[in-house]
Amino acid sequence: MSPVLQLRNISKRFGSVVALDTVSFELARGEVHGLLGENGAGKSTLMHVAFGMISPDAGEVLVQDTPVRFRTPRDAKQAGVGMVHQHFTSVPELTVAENLWLAAGRFGHPAGRPDGPTGTGAAGRLRARLWEGLSPLARVADLPVGAKQRLEILQALATGAEILLLDEPTAVLAPPETAELLALLREYAAAGGAVVLITHKLTEVFSAVDRVTVMRGGRVQLTGPLIDQTMPGLTAAMVGRSDLVPTSSDAGAVGPVLVRVSDLTVRGGEIVGIVAVEGNGQRELLRRLAGVAPRDGAEVTGPVAFIPEDRTTEGLIPGFSLTENLVLGLAGDPRWRRGALLDWRTAAARMGELVDEFSIRAPGPEAAARTLSGGNQQKVVFARALEAKPRVIVAENPTRGLDVQATWFVHERLRRAAFDGAAVVVYSTDLDEVLTIATRVVVVSRGRLRSVLPGTTREAIGAMMIGASS
Amino acid sequence: MKLLLRLRAPIAAALLGLLLLAAGLTALGYDAGAALAALYRGAFGSWYAFTSATLVRAVPLIVIGLGISISFRAGALNIGAEGQFAAGAMAATATGLAMGRWPGIVAIPVVLAVGALAGAAWVAVPVVLRVRYRVQEVISTLLLNFVAEALVSFMVQGPLQESKRIYPQSDPIAGSARLPLLPGTRLHLGFLLAVGLVAVVAVVFARTIWGFRLKAVGEAPRASEVTGRINVGWTVAAALLWSGALAGLAGALEVSGVTYALFQNLSPGYGFTAIAVALIAGLDPVGVLIAGLGFGALEAGAAGMQRDAGVPAVAISVVQATIIVVALLSVARARLARGEAAA
Repeated sequence: MSPVLQLRNISKRFGSVVALDTVSFELARGEVHGLLGENGAGKSTLMHVAFGMISPDAGEVLVQDTPVRFRTPRDAKQAGVGMVHQHFTSVPELTVAENLWLAAGRFGHPAGRPDGPTGTGAAGRLRARLWEGLSPLARVADLPVGAKQRLEILQALATGAEILLLDEPTAVLAPPETAELLALLREYAAAGGAVVLITHKLTEVFSAVDRVTVMRGGRVQLTGPLIDQTMPGLTAAMVGRSDLVPTSSDAGAVGPVLVRVSDLTVRGGEIVGIVAVEGNGQRELLRRLAGVAPRDGAEVTGPVAFIPEDRTTEGLIPGFSLTENLVLGLAGDPRWRRGALLDWRTAAARMGELVDEFSIRAPGPEAAARTLSGGNQQKVVFARALEAKPRVIVAENPTRGLDVQATWFVHERLRRAAFDGAAVVVYSTDLDEVLTIATRVVVVSRGRLRSVLPGTTREAIGAMMIGASS
Repeated sequence: MKLLLRLRAPIAAALLGLLLLAAGLTALGYDAGAALAALYRGAFGSWYAFTSATLVRAVPLIVIGLGISISFRAGALNIGAEGQFAAGAMAATATGLAMGRWPGIVAIPVVLAVGALAGAAWVAVPVVLRVRYRVQEVISTLLLNFVAEALVSFMVQGPLQESKRIYPQSDPIAGSARLPLLPGTRLHLGFLLAVGLVAVVAVVFARTIWGFRLKAVGEAPRASEVTGRINVGWTVAAALLWSGALAGLAGALEVSGVTYALFQNLSPGYGFTAIAVALIAGLDPVGVLIAGLGFGALEAGAAGMQRDAGVPAVAISVVQATIIVVALLSVARARLARGEAAA
C-alpha cells in the first residue's frame, strides 16, 4: 500500500545539538504507527517537521507522494495533516464549539457541531465517536480530562485532516480512558485513516499499533511490523541497553506506622501505590499527607518530602538556579542558614555534590533549572527531597513525562528510600507503574479509600477505580 | 561588570533620547545646541548644580525606587508611591511642626520614622484588600494616589494651613526637625541615608532569607507555597508595606531636607518616575542608585534648560520616555532570548 506521509532523510540541528540525523519515516494508510523513543530522542521534533512547525535543514516531506514544503502548521492542515500536541491546546474559558471554531479558523464553522461535515468515511466515523457524550455548549474548563483529550483530536480533525499525529495523547489519561482512546484510533485506522502515535509506554505499543519505529539520539534505530518485535528488543532499541525493564519490588523490612489517615496506615518500608481516576480526591489526599494542605485529621510522623506532579510550576522555579531551587525547599537547613542570612557558597557546594551524586546532566549548580531536560529536573527534585532525610515520601505522578531511564531512576530511588525505612505513598495515573513499584495498592474513588487485595486482576482494579462494586 | 552591561542599553537610549530632543527642538525653532548646553549646565555645570540640583532630586527617586524594587520583586505592583510619598510628607510636616522643643538628634529621627509609618499606613488598605479579598493592588494603590492628593489639598487649606491663613501651604517646620546641609550647597543628609539604604537593601536581596523568599514569591507563587512552604500572602503584604514605608520616608526627607513645609504638588511625579528608575535598574539596588542619579540629572538639567534656554522643562520627558521604552524592550528581548513567553 502506498504511504500517505513520507519523511525522507530529514536532518535538523539546533545550535550544536543534532536533533534529527537523516531520519526517514513512512506512514501507510490504514495503520497506527507507533513512534517510540526516550525524551530527547527526536520523536516530537520529527513530527513537528511533518506538521510544519519546524523547517528541516535537509530532507523532504511528501504527502500522498507529492513533495510539500510546509512553512507553518496552516500549510500542513491544508494538506490534510492534523496534530494532537503533548499539552492541551484548548482554551478553558471557551465552549467546545468555540474551541473547534478557533481550530477551524472560522466563527460558526460546522466543525463545531456534532453533525458537522464528515469528510471521508474514516474521519467522519471517528468524529462521530469522539462527539459521544460531548456537548458543543459545554465549557472546556468543566470537562473531565478524557473529554478534553477527545476535544483535542476533534480540533485536529476540524480542518479535514486525514493524517493524525498524536504526541503522547495518553499521558494524562487513566487506564480505562487510555484503552478507549486506543480503541478509537484502531477503528479509525481500520476504516482507512492513518495515525502516528508518539509514546514511550511499551504496553500501549503492544496493544494498539501495527508498525513501530524506534528513535534514539536523533536517529532511527529500528522500524518494522510490530509482529516481529519483542518487549526487550524494543527497550534495547530505545535505551541502548536491555537491563532497565522494571522488575517487581520486594517488601522491605516493615517498620512502625508513620502515616495514618482514615482507614489507611502506612508503615516504614512500605510503598503504598494509589490509583484513581482523575478528580476523585486523590490529589487532595496527597497534599494533606504532605502537609501542603491542612492535615485535617491525617497523622504523619517525622519529616515529609513531597514530590509534586508538576515540576515546573510547583516543584521547581524554572528561572532559579539549581542552588536556589535547593534552598527553596530547604531554607531552614542549618548547613546554610545563619539566622536571617543565607550562606550561598555552602549551598552551591552541596548542590554541586548532588549534581555528581545523582548524575544530573547540568553545566553546574548555577545553571537555571529551566535549561535542564525533564528527567534531570526531576532528579533535582528528588535530590532535594531526599536531602531532608524524610521519613515519609509523598509522590504525585513522579515519572510523568519521563523516559525509561529517568523512570527507572525514580523507581530505584523510591525503593531505596523505602528500604531505608521511609514510608512511601505514590500516586500515578499509570496503573502499570503502580503495580510495578508498590508493595500495596489502594484505590481512591469519590474520596474513599479501598485496599486492593493481593492477586486482584487489573480489570478488577479498573472496576474499583470507576466506582463499580467489587 | 554585569551591571555595566545592563546599563549599556539605558545609556545608549539616553543618547538617542537627547538626539530626538535636539531634533524636536530644532524643528520647533529652538536653538538645540544652547538648550542641550543649558541642560548639561543645569545638571553638572558646577559643584552647586551637581549637589543642589542633581543629587537633591535623586534622593527621592532612589529611596522610592528601592521600595518599588522590593514590591515588584515580590510580584506586587505598587504604583501608589506618589500617594505614599504625600502621606509621608503630611505626617512629617505635622510632626515637624510640633518638634520645636526637641533637639535635632531626637526630632529628625522621629519625623522620618513618622513619615515612613504614614507611607506604610497609606498602603495598608491595598494590602488588606489584596491579601484578604484578592483585589489587584495595581488598581487600589493607583486610586489612593488621588485620595492622597485631595487630602494634601485639604490639609494645606485646613488643619495644616499656615498661621496667617492666606497661602495654601503649611508653616515651616521647627528648625531642629530640618536635616543638616552640606555647607555651601542645598544637599541634605538624606542623600547619605539613601546611599546607606541602597547598601542595606542590596544585602537583604542578596544574602537574607527574606530577600530570597521575596524573589521566589515574585517568580513563582505556586512553587513558593508548595515547595518553599512560604506564606505568599504575608510575604506580599510585607513587601508592599516596606515599599510604602520607603515612599513615605522619601516624602519626609523632602519636607525635612528641601521644602521645610507642606505644599500642594510637593512631588513633580517622583512616585511615578521612580517606577521607571526601578525597572531600568532591573530591580537591583545598585542599579536604582545609578538610574536614580541619571534621572535626577535629567530633571535638574530640564530645570536649567527652562531657565537658561526658554525650553519648557517637560520637553525632557522625550529623553525619559526613550530610556524607559528602550529599557523595557531590552528586558523583553532578553526574556525572549531565554525562551520565556512574554508576560
